[in-house]
Amino acid sequence: MVEPTDFGTSPDDVQFRFRDDERVDHAAVTVDSALDQTNANAVRIEPSDDARLLIPFLDRIALVEINFPAFTDGRGYSAARILREAGYEGELRAVGDVLIDQLSHMRRCGFDSFAPDKVLDEEDAKRAFATWENVYQVAADTSLTGRRTIAQKRHGAGA
Amino acid sequence: MYAYDRYDQAMVDARVAEFRDQARRRLEGKLTEDQFKPLRLMNGLYLQLHAYMLRVAIPYGTLNSRQMTMLGDIADRYDRGYGHFTTRQNIQYNWIKLEDAADILADLATVEMHAIQTSGNCIRNISSDHFAGAAHDEVTDPRPYAELLRQWSSFHPEFSYLPRKFKICVIASERDRAAMRLHDIGIRIVERDGEPGAQFFVGGGMGRTPMIAPMVRDFVPLDHLVTYAEACLRVYNRYGRRDNKYKARIKILVHELGAEEYTRQVEEEFAHLIDQGVEPPFAELERIRAYFGDPPFDDGPKTIDRSDPDFAVWVDRNTHRHKHDAYVSAVISLKPVGGIPGDATGEQMRLMARLAREFSFDEIRVMHTQNVVLPHVRICDLPKLWAQLHEAGLGAPNMDTIEDIIACPGLDYCSLANARSIPLAQRISERFDKSGKTERLGELKLKISGCINACGHHHAGHIGILGVDRKGKENYQLSLGGSEAEDVSLAKITGPGFDEDGVIEAVEKVTDLYLAQRTENERFIDTYRRLGMEPFKEALYG
Amino acid sequence: MKILTGNDLRTGAVVWWTGEFWSSRVDEAVDVGDRAEEIMAAEEAARRVNVPYAIEATREADGHVRPAHIKDRVRALGPTVRPDLTLKPQDPEALDWVI
Repeated sequence: MVEPTDFGTSPDDVQFRFRDDERVDHAAVTVDSALDQTNANAVRIEPSDDARLLIPFLDRIALVEINFPAFTDGRGYSAARILREAGYEGELRAVGDVLIDQLSHMRRCGFDSFAPDKVLDEEDAKRAFATWENVYQVAADTSLTGRRTIAQKRHGAGA
Repeated sequence: MYAYDRYDQAMVDARVAEFRDQARRRLEGKLTEDQFKPLRLMNGLYLQLHAYMLRVAIPYGTLNSRQMTMLGDIADRYDRGYGHFTTRQNIQYNWIKLEDAADILADLATVEMHAIQTSGNCIRNISSDHFAGAAHDEVTDPRPYAELLRQWSSFHPEFSYLPRKFKICVIASERDRAAMRLHDIGIRIVERDGEPGAQFFVGGGMGRTPMIAPMVRDFVPLDHLVTYAEACLRVYNRYGRRDNKYKARIKILVHELGAEEYTRQVEEEFAHLIDQGVEPPFAELERIRAYFGDPPFDDGPKTIDRSDPDFAVWVDRNTHRHKHDAYVSAVISLKPVGGIPGDATGEQMRLMARLAREFSFDEIRVMHTQNVVLPHVRICDLPKLWAQLHEAGLGAPNMDTIEDIIACPGLDYCSLANARSIPLAQRISERFDKSGKTERLGELKLKISGCINACGHHHAGHIGILGVDRKGKENYQLSLGGSEAEDVSLAKITGPGFDEDGVIEAVEKVTDLYLAQRTENERFIDTYRRLGMEPFKEALYG
Repeated sequence: MKILTGNDLRTGAVVWWTGEFWSSRVDEAVDVGDRAEEIMAAEEAARRVNVPYAIEATREADGHVRPAHIKDRVRALGPTVRPDLTLKPQDPEALDWVI
C-alpha cells in the first residue's frame, strides 16, 4: 500500500510555474483519500479518476496534480478543464510524462504548473508555451485570462 | 468555397515553421524517431512501405483549380509524378523525402492547404457529400458546418491525445452519399418545423469491428452544434478504452455502454458545456456560410443530345442531378479499366484544374469512392467536357458499377497490409469490361481492403473483399450485402476464403447468380437482400 | 539467414545492410547472425538508418537474396502494380519473384 507521503511531486520537481502564491509543501493524497479526509488540501488525480468527485471540496484544495503516466493518455486534459470550469482556482499541476510538445495544450486546458519526469530544455519550453498566437476554440485559458478566440476576434465579440 | 483570412493563414504558416524546425532537429539527431514520430504524424507524414508518405488534407473534399494545380505540381516536383485520392477525400503521395517535407508543406500553405491532423489520435479530416451545394435533394449545403467543425477541431487542446483517431462526417440530405453512418460522429442537417438542426449519430466505423452509428440526438439546434460535438468528444476522451488499441474507437465505447447510457452522459456534459460558452458566436457561422453561396448560374438548355451512344452512356452513369435544371454534377472517373483506382498523374491533376476553371466555376470535389467531381456543369457544356475527359483517359462511364472499384493501396504500398488489393481491382475491372457484363450488372459497389483495418471500406460493399495472410500467402475473403448509403448495412462473409484466381471466379459466380435471379429493377444488393446468403453460398461452395 | 532492413532517414528509401553500408539492393544483404541488435543500435544511433529491423531470408541458388515475407519482397522491389517505379523495371520475372 502506498503511503500518502510517497505520493506526488515536491515543489522541487516543479520546473515551470505560472503562479505567485506559496507552493504546497507536502504530498498530495489520492482522490479516494481526499473524499475521506476533510483536511486534505493537495490531491493527485490519476487518468481513471473522475475529477468531478472533487467539486464539492474545491474551495479547500490548494493543489491538484494530474498524472500523465504516458503522454499519449490524454484524459488529464479533460480533468483539468473540468476543474477550471467548476471554478477551481488553486494550483493545477501536470506531472509525469510531460514533454515539450504537450506544454501549450496543457496550458490552454488550465494547467499552471508543470513537473515533468525528465527535465525539459528551458528555451524549448519557452517557445512551446508561446506556440499559439491565436486559438480557434474556447478552453480554460480563454475563460480564465479573457483571451479571445479567433472567432471572437473576427466578430468583436466575447472575452 | 471557404477562403483563409489572416488568422487561418497565420496558423498554417506557423505550423510549417514549427515542422521545419522539428524535421531539422530529427535530421541532426536532436530528436529520436520515437520523439519525432508523433510530431510528424500530426502533419500527416507516415513512414510507409517504400518511403515517407504524405497525406494532404482536402477539407470535406472541396478544392479549387489553384489547389489542384499545386497538388499536380507537388506530384511532379517532389514525388514520382502521381498522387492517390483516398477514401476520406484526401490525397496521398507515396515517395516523399523527409528533407523535402517542410518545403512541400510551405508550398501547400501558399494555396491554403496543409497536412494537419491527417494522422494521429486526434480529430481527422471532416468529410462531406461530394455533391454538396449542388445536389437537388439537400436541406442546405452542409459544408459551412463542416468548416465550422474543422476550425473547432484544429489543434483542440483537450482532444489531441484521444484513445484513437476520430472521423466526423456532415451531410444534409436523406440520401447518404458520404457513408455518414459509418463514422465516429455522423451529422445530418435536417429541418423540423422549418427550423434547421443537426441529427447526431455516434459510434459508427469500419476497421476490425464494423458498426453502424446509432442516433444519439435527433435535433441539435445549429447554434449548439459545436457544444454538442464537444460533449460527445469529452465523454469519449474520458471514457474511451486505452488498454487495447483495437478496442479504443468510440464505437466500442458506445457499444459497451449502450447507446442510451452514452447519450445520457453526453446530454449531461452538453448541459454543463452550454454554460461554459463554448459555442462560437453565431455570426461566425454566418460569415462562413457566405463563402458557400451559389455561383452565378446561367439559364440554358435543360436537355441533352444523346445521339452519340458513348456520350449517352457516360451521361447516364457519370452525371448527377443538380438543383438548377440547366446544370448537372459530372464525375471524373479515376477508374479506367485495368487502372489503379484513385491514382492521378500530375498532368491529369492540372487538366482537372483547367476543366474546373472552364466548366465548373473553378470548383472540384474529391469523392470517398476515389473519383473526382465537377459539381456545377452546364448541360450544354457536357459534350465538350466529355470529349476532353475521354481523350485524357478520365472518361470511363462506370460510376457505381462493378468497374468503379474502391481499393485501398494494399500490400503494394501499405505496411499494414496482408495482401495486395490493386491487382485484384485491375483484373476484375478488365474481366467484366471484356465480357460486357458491367453494363448489365448496373449499380454494384465492390470494395477491396488489403487488411482488416478496412480502409477500402469492404464492410460496406455490395460485394466486399478482404485480403488476409494465410500461411504466408495472400488469401481473400468474400462478403456480400453491405451498403454505405442511407440503407446502411454491413456485409456478411460468405465462407472460406479464396486465392486471387479463386476470388475473381467467386465474384463471377455471385454476379451470374444475380443476373439469373433478379427481378425487374433490382440491384445486386436488392436481390441479395431478397434471397439471403444461402443461394450465393451454394453457388460458391457447391 | 538473418538480414537487416530499414529506411534511409533522409529519403525514406528502403535499404539493406551489406556489412559495411546500407544498400538499396536486397541481393547485397548479408547474414548478420546474432549481431543484429548490436549493428542496428549502432547504425540507428549514427543516423545511417531509420527504424531498422531484422528479417529472415534465404540466399537462392542464383545468388539472389529472398526475404521470407512477401511484404519485405514488395519493399525490396517496389509496387508490383507499377513496374516502372520498381528497382527492376525491365525484368519480366521480377513480379514472380515477389509473389
